[in-house]
Amino acid sequence: MTLLITVFAAVIATTVWYKGMPKNELRTGILCWLYWGASIMWFVDAVFEYAELGAAYFTPDPIDMLNDTFLGLAVVALGLIIWVVRLLVTDPKGVIRDLLFHKGENAGSKDEKTA
Amino acid sequence: MACFLVPTAEAIVTTAITKVEEKKEKSAPVEKSESTGVAKVSLARKLRWLNYLLFGGAILLAFEHLWHGEVVPYFPFLTAAANSEDTATMLHEMSTVGVSMALLITAVWVIMCITADVMARRENRRLSAVTVQK
Repeated sequence: MTLLITVFAAVIATTVWYKGMPKNELRTGILCWLYWGASIMWFVDAVFEYAELGAAYFTPDPIDMLNDTFLGLAVVALGLIIWVVRLLVTDPKGVIRDLLFHKGENAGSKDEKTA
Repeated sequence: MACFLVPTAEAIVTTAITKVEEKKEKSAPVEKSESTGVAKVSLARKLRWLNYLLFGGAILLAFEHLWHGEVVPYFPFLTAAANSEDTATMLHEMSTVGVSMALLITAVWVIMCITADVMARRENRRLSAVTVQK
């Protein structure tokens, strides 16, 4: 289940990256590397597990499947957190820089007044 | 148990190689095809792909091991390192699953490099044909 969720995440990330090219403002390439790298590694893990368990590999206990689903979603969330932190730190569109040092000075005070 | 350590070790080695290659390429930039002006994909760039794949996968796999309690934030960091029997199992897993992971990632990267080279060659051929027509 973790493998499946990560593969879906990898395919979606790759599609989003391809659609965003050549501007690539959101720097989604990192998501592709993260999810594809993990997918390949979990695929190997799955092959070894299949060699050990045989057909039983495809009929896991519901509790194991639930745990694997949570793990898969947590992995996708971790990948997204890594991506968004990198996006904000590298700030390719200069949004944070503008907000902090230029336009943001007035906008911030206005927001504070309205709040 | 600790299979992600093998790709991590490979990633550290390939990152070092990438740094050396980047320095080399900076001192002697990639030669461009004189007729077309299209450069081939540099080795440093290809090596960066491998680094991203290895580190990306290793980070998420490390998280999975943390999730399963196989990696802990205190010494010896790997629960399997606590006794010799588990350590032997862990080393066996690293030498089978871990090495296979590193090999498959590298194989995928080799295919990516070959594909990139083929695409660059096609592009060069297309551009040189356009130049000849002009």
